[in-house]
Amino acid sequence: MITLYWKIFWAHFISNLLGYGGGPATIPLLEHEVVDHYHWQTTAQFSEMVALGNALPGPIATKLAAYIGYDVGGIIGSIIALFATIAPSLIMMIALLGLLMRYKNSPKVKAMTQYVRPTIAVLLAVMTYDFFFQSYETAGLLHTLLIGVVGYFALEKWRISPVYVVLGALVYGAIFLGD
Amino acid sequence: MKADRKNIPNGRRIRHRDLFIAFFRSGMLGYGGGLSAIPLMQKEVVERYSWMDDEAFSDILALTNALPGPVNTKMAGYIGWRLAGFWGMMNALLASFLPTAVLMILLLTVLHAYKDKPWVEGMAKGVMPIAGVMIGVLAWDFVKKSKSGLGWTMTIVYIAISLVVMQLLHIHPAILIAAFIIMAMLSKGKTKTSHRVGEK
Repeated sequence: MITLYWKIFWAHFISNLLGYGGGPATIPLLEHEVVDHYHWQTTAQFSEMVALGNALPGPIATKLAAYIGYDVGGIIGSIIALFATIAPSLIMMIALLGLLMRYKNSPKVKAMTQYVRPTIAVLLAVMTYDFFFQSYETAGLLHTLLIGVVGYFALEKWRISPVYVVLGALVYGAIFLGD
Repeated sequence: MKADRKNIPNGRRIRHRDLFIAFFRSGMLGYGGGLSAIPLMQKEVVERYSWMDDEAFSDILALTNALPGPVNTKMAGYIGWRLAGFWGMMNALLASFLPTAVLMILLLTVLHAYKDKPWVEGMAKGVMPIAGVMIGVLAWDFVKKSKSGLGWTMTIVYIAISLVVMQLLHIHPAILIAAFIIMAMLSKGKTKTSHRVGEK
C-alpha cells in the first residue's frame, strides 16, 4: 500500500514539476506515467478522462489528479495525488519569493519555458495520434473522422462550450457506437 | 512591496467568505484549465474586491510563470497566503480546485459503474476523438508559442530532437525536459524577444 501511495505521489510530482506552461503541459507527462509506465489506465480510459475533465470547469491538472488518485488508491490516493500536484510549486513560490522577484524578468527564466515548449508540443502531438489511432481501432474510421471534424469545428470555429460538445459526443456514442 | 498579510491596502480585514467566493467563482467559470481562469481571477481580486492593484497581480502572475506546475492553484494559493496567511492559502486553494475535483470523481465513478452496458461503452468511444481534438489543439498552441519565442528554425530543431530522443530512443521525457532546463539556465537567455543586434 505504501509503495502504491509513493507511486501515486511520484507520478504526479514529476509530471507537474516538469510541466512548464501550466496544467495543460502536465497532461502528456501524466499520461506517460499513468498509461505507459504504471499501466493504471488504458489510452482509451485516459482519453475519456481528459474529455470529461475538459467538460467540467476549473483547473485540469487537479481534476485529473483527483480522479487518478481516487481510481488507484481511494480517497487517500486522491489526497496524495492532489498534494503532489499542488504543493511542490506552491511551496517553492512562497519560499523563493525574494529570489524570484529579482529574476522574474530574467531572460534565463523566459528561456526555460521556451526551451521546454517544443518537447511538450511533441508529447501532446504523440498523445493526439494515440487517441485518434485508438478511436480508429475501436470505433472505425468513419465515426472517428465524423466526430473529430465536427468536434473541431464546434470547439474551435463555432466556439461552442466544451460541455455541449462532450455531451453531444457522449450521446452520439451511446446511440451509434454501443454494440 | 511589503507583505502585509493580515490587511489589505485600504485597511479592511480580509473576510474568509469573500476569499472563498472569489476563488470559487473564478475556478468554476474558467473553462479550458489554467490560463483561461486568470482574467476571471484578476477581475475578482483586483476589480471586485480590490485586494491588490493590477501591478501586484501581474507581478504574481510573472512569478507563477517562472515556476512549473498548474498556474491556477499556484495563483490562488499564493494570493490567499499573502492576504490571510496559511488559512487564507488553504481557503483559496480549496475553493479553486475542490468543487470540480469532487465533481470529476463522482462523474467518472458513476459512469464506470455502468461500464458493462453497451451504451456506456459507446459513450467512451464517442468521446475519444473529442479528447484527440482537444489535445491536438493544445499541441498546435505549443508549437505556435515556441515559434514566437524561438523562431521556426529552432522550434523545428527542438521538435526533431524531442521526437528522436523520446520516440526512437525511448528516453523518459523527464530527462529530456530536465536537460533543456539546464541548457536554459546555462544559456545567455538569447531568445527572439530579447535578441541583440551586435551578437554573433
